[in-house]
Amino acid sequence: MDVLREVGNIGAGNAATAMSRLLNKPVDMAVPTVSLLPFEEISERVGGSEAIVVAIFLRVDGDAPGNMFFIISKDSARRILQGLLSFEAGEEDEYTEMELSALCEIGNILAGSYLSSLGDLTGLYMSPSVPSIAVDMAGAILSYGLLQFGTMGDDALLIDTTFLEGNQEAEGHFFLIPDPESFEKLFRSLGVPVE
Amino acid sequence: MTESTIVKVGMADLNVASGGAVLKTTGLGSCVGVTLFDPAVKAAGMAHIMLPSSEIAREGQLNIAKYADTALPELIRRMKSIGADPKRLVAKMAGGAQMFAFAGGSDSMRIGPRNVESTKLALESFGIPLLAEDTGANYGRTVEIDSGTGIFTIRSVQFGVKEI
Repeated sequence: MDVLREVGNIGAGNAATAMSRLLNKPVDMAVPTVSLLPFEEISERVGGSEAIVVAIFLRVDGDAPGNMFFIISKDSARRILQGLLSFEAGEEDEYTEMELSALCEIGNILAGSYLSSLGDLTGLYMSPSVPSIAVDMAGAILSYGLLQFGTMGDDALLIDTTFLEGNQEAEGHFFLIPDPESFEKLFRSLGVPVE
Repeated sequence: MTESTIVKVGMADLNVASGGAVLKTTGLGSCVGVTLFDPAVKAAGMAHIMLPSSEIAREGQLNIAKYADTALPELIRRMKSIGADPKRLVAKMAGGAQMFAFAGGSDSMRIGPRNVESTKLALESFGIPLLAEDTGANYGRTVEIDSGTGIFTIRSVQFGVKEI
């Protein structure tokens, strides 16, 4: 678990640097948590299964497949759009195609930076799919990333990193949910004996 | 009007209720929320189905509430235990969305529609009529069934609240 936390730390550290450059503002990062959680509790991390979030989803292909989400609150999404791209504040609950596309691209850049540092560290080839964005209930979104685990049990391994941007507390989460078959590869590549 | 009791049904979970209690499950994406109702004894049941078939299960101890083909028989058994007659049961369901759109998606991308199909097959095999459904599309839903009236309520971000 400590090794996986370190993997998350390095990946997320790079992504935080990338985000900080994009926003031209300091971005803090909380130490990642790695946990084997019941499905029910995963959406609690972002405020409950009915909380409305902006989520960018990527499928990770390659040596250690998995699912990756970059999840931010609607407030954070709004701040990122205003801060980074000088979009006018639109309707509270509405996003234009342009705004969604911009958010999707930001998620893509951050996830790409996260994955490439994981790849460097582990020597594993990890390639992100084309990103997809949704603004919806956290439960509905995250359950999608748990399907591979669904056939094995009711818990999933989750590497969760929280970002805090400046004083505005624009909070974001990176969720990496490696497929059940990927742990062994991740561990092995890091020199941790697998039972 | 008094506030009715709410019985929460989690992911890959099922439960039954009667006497006007409300069964509720939140944040259905590709999962399917299927409900059974017996109007004569005013009893309702709900399952939050995650995957279409237990044939793909690799888990040690099978969670029967998780799969369409195993959840239905168990839900019917539980309905009987609170006095419902399987011959009177009627069904309503919602969910089975495709939350993310990808070109050339793999099989797992179609899990929502497949959940809907298998749930329908399971209902058919028990001869339970499906009265109403709100399935597919690309958005999340929170659903409730009132065990007193059989009214099935669906809440979504884009479309607000509707009853079927």
